[in-house]
Amino acid sequence: MTAGPMTAGAQPLTFVRREAVPAAPPPSLVAGPLAWLRQNLFSSPANAAMTLAALAVIALVVPPLLRFLVIDAVWTGENRDACRPEVIGRPVGACWAFVANKINYFIYGSYPIEERWRPNVFFVLMAFGVGWMLWLDAPKRAWGALYFFVVFPVLSYGLLAGVPVLGLPSVPTSLWGGMLVTLLVSLVGIVASLPLGILLALGRRSRLPIVRLFCVIFIEFWRGVPLITVLFMANVMLPLFLPGDVTVDRLVRPLVGIALFSAAYMAEVVRGGLQAIPRGQTEGAMSLGLSPWHRMRLIILPQALRIVIPGIVNSFIALFKDTSLVSIVGIFDFIRTIESARVDPAWAAPTVVMTGYAFAALFYFVFCFGMSRYARFMERRLAAGQTR
Amino acid sequence: MASSPVPTPTASVPLPEADPDLAPRNTSATRLASAPTAVSLERVNKWYGAFHVLRDVDLTVRKGERIVICGPSGSGKSTLIRCINRLEEHQAGRIVVDGIELTNDLKRIDEIRREVGMVFQHFNLFPHLTVLENCTLAPIWVKKMPKAEAEAIAMRYLTRVKIPNQAHKYPGQLSGGQQQRVAIARSLCMAPKIMLFDEPTSALDPEMVKEVLDTMVGLADEGMTMLCVTHEMGFARQVADRVIFMDEGQIVESNTPDAFFRAPQHERTRLFLSQILH
Repeated sequence: MTAGPMTAGAQPLTFVRREAVPAAPPPSLVAGPLAWLRQNLFSSPANAAMTLAALAVIALVVPPLLRFLVIDAVWTGENRDACRPEVIGRPVGACWAFVANKINYFIYGSYPIEERWRPNVFFVLMAFGVGWMLWLDAPKRAWGALYFFVVFPVLSYGLLAGVPVLGLPSVPTSLWGGMLVTLLVSLVGIVASLPLGILLALGRRSRLPIVRLFCVIFIEFWRGVPLITVLFMANVMLPLFLPGDVTVDRLVRPLVGIALFSAAYMAEVVRGGLQAIPRGQTEGAMSLGLSPWHRMRLIILPQALRIVIPGIVNSFIALFKDTSLVSIVGIFDFIRTIESARVDPAWAAPTVVMTGYAFAALFYFVFCFGMSRYARFMERRLAAGQTR
Repeated sequence: MASSPVPTPTASVPLPEADPDLAPRNTSATRLASAPTAVSLERVNKWYGAFHVLRDVDLTVRKGERIVICGPSGSGKSTLIRCINRLEEHQAGRIVVDGIELTNDLKRIDEIRREVGMVFQHFNLFPHLTVLENCTLAPIWVKKMPKAEAEAIAMRYLTRVKIPNQAHKYPGQLSGGQQQRVAIARSLCMAPKIMLFDEPTSALDPEMVKEVLDTMVGLADEGMTMLCVTHEMGFARQVADRVIFMDEGQIVESNTPDAFFRAPQHERTRLFLSQILH
C-alpha cells in the first residue's frame, strides 16, 4: 500500500482524479486483422492446434470436391456417351449434362408436356405470395395475407388440377411430380402446421379439461408415431375407414398426414414460447381491459413466437426434408424423380448417380439455408431495440 | 418528518357538515364525507387452496379518497387490491366497484377493468411495443378510439409524467423509474376513475423512487381515487386520506395518517411501524 493522506478533513486527497480521462483509440495489438487472427485462431496452443487441424481437413476435402463438381465435370451432352471416360478420354466428374437433360422431369414429373405452363404459372404465383408475406415492409400486407391464404390456394388448385369447364383439361395428381410436388407438399405442410400448432399449444394450456385432454392426446399421438407409419396409414388404412364411394385423392392423403404430424411438433415448440412469457404480461393486459383474444393476439403470441423462431424454423426445415418420405407411398416427389431418372439406360454412366444426389443435396440445401438465413434476419429485426 | 400543518381529527369518524370543495388536503373526513362510494368490499373472503388469505375484509372507498395499504408480506394487501379489478377472484362476500358488482359475468369484469387502472411492482409493460404503442394499445383496441386521437392522448399523458421524448423507444431502453412512469401513463390513457398501485416503487433503485412518487402525488392532487399498497410512509403522510394496516388477511387498523403514525392503536401496528420507520 502506498502511504497517502488517508485522513480527510482540511488536507486535500492526493490520489483523487480531478478531470475525466478522454477515451483513447486502442493500441494496434488489439485491433486490425493480425490482432484478430491472434485473438481468434491462435489464442492458445489448443486453439492453434485446432486451427491447423481444421486447415488440414479443408485442404483434404475441398480440392477433390472442386475437381469432381467443377473441374472434371461434363456440362453438355445428349446421352451417356458424354459422361463416359472411355469415350471422351479424360477423367469424368459430375455429369451435369444428365441433370440438364432431365431437368424438366425433375421439375414437373410426368405433368403433361403441353400443360407445363400451368406449374410455371403456379411457381410465379407462389413466389409472388411468399415474397409478399416475407417482405415485412411490403405494402398492403393484409391483402397479401388474403391472397396467400385464400386466393392463391384456390387458384393453384384450379390451375394444377384443371377446370374442364374453363377449358383447362384436368391433370390427375398421379402425373404431378418433381420439385412441383416437393414444394407443394412443403408449402401446404408449413402453412397448415403453424396455425394448427398454435391452436394445439393454446389448447394444451387451456383451463378447460376436455380441450386440454383432446390436445394432449392429439399431440402425443402424432409425436409417438413415425412419419413413415403415418404415410402408410394415410395411404392404406384411411380408405378402409371411409365409405366405399368416398375416395380421397392419393396426394391429399399424405398431405394431410404431414400437416397434422408437423402441427403436433409445432405445438410443442409454440408451447415452449408461451411458457416463457411472464404472468405479468397477461395481468398488465387484463388490467387495461383487453379481451382474452386481444391479449393473446397482441401481447402474448407476438412475444412467444418471437422467442421460438429458431424452433419454428427448425421444424420447417425438418418438414421440408421429410417431404421426401412421400416417395415411399408412390408419390413422385423430387427425390423419386431422381431415383427413377438415374436408372435410365440412356444415361448409364459411372458418375450419373452421384451427380443426381449432388443435385438433390444442392436443391434442398438452397431452400433450407434460405429459410435459416431469413429466420436470422427476422430475429434480428424483431429484436431491434428490445432488450429485456 | 413534519406532520401536516392543518390540524386533523384523530378519529376516522366523518364530519357530516363539511363542504368538500373548501377542504384542504388531508382533512379527509371533511372533504370525503358526502362523496359517493367508489369501491365497497363487504365481508370479502379468499382462499389460495387451503390458505385463508383474506378474512372478512370490509372496506368502503369514497370517490376521490386516497388510501395507503401497508402490512407485512403475506398479509393479503396485494391480493386485496388485485381482487378489485378481478386479477384475483374472491370466493365469498361482495365487491362493488363504481356501482358494478363483481361477478363471474365477463362483460362486467371488462367494464370494471376499463374503469380501474393498475400499476404493478414490475411495471408489466409490453416489451415488444414502443412506449407510445404501450399507451395507445388499450384505447385503440378496447375503446375503439381512432389511432391519431389515441396517440394525442398518449402524448399528453407522457408529457405529464415527463417523458414525452422517450415515446418511440422500447421499454427495455428506459430506466426503472421511467418505465414505471410509462406504466402510470398507460393506465391513465384509459381515463380510469380509480387507480390501484401494487408496490409501485418496490422494484426501483432508490434514486428513482422519488420521480415515481412525485407522479403519484400529482395524481392525488387532481382528485384521483387511489388505493396504494406501499411502504413509502412519507408518501402516506403526504397524500393519504387513510392508512390501512393489514395483517393475516384482515384489516387491523384504519386511520388518518396523522393518527396512524402518532398513536397506532394495535400492538401489531406498533411493532410493524417500529420495524419500518428507522
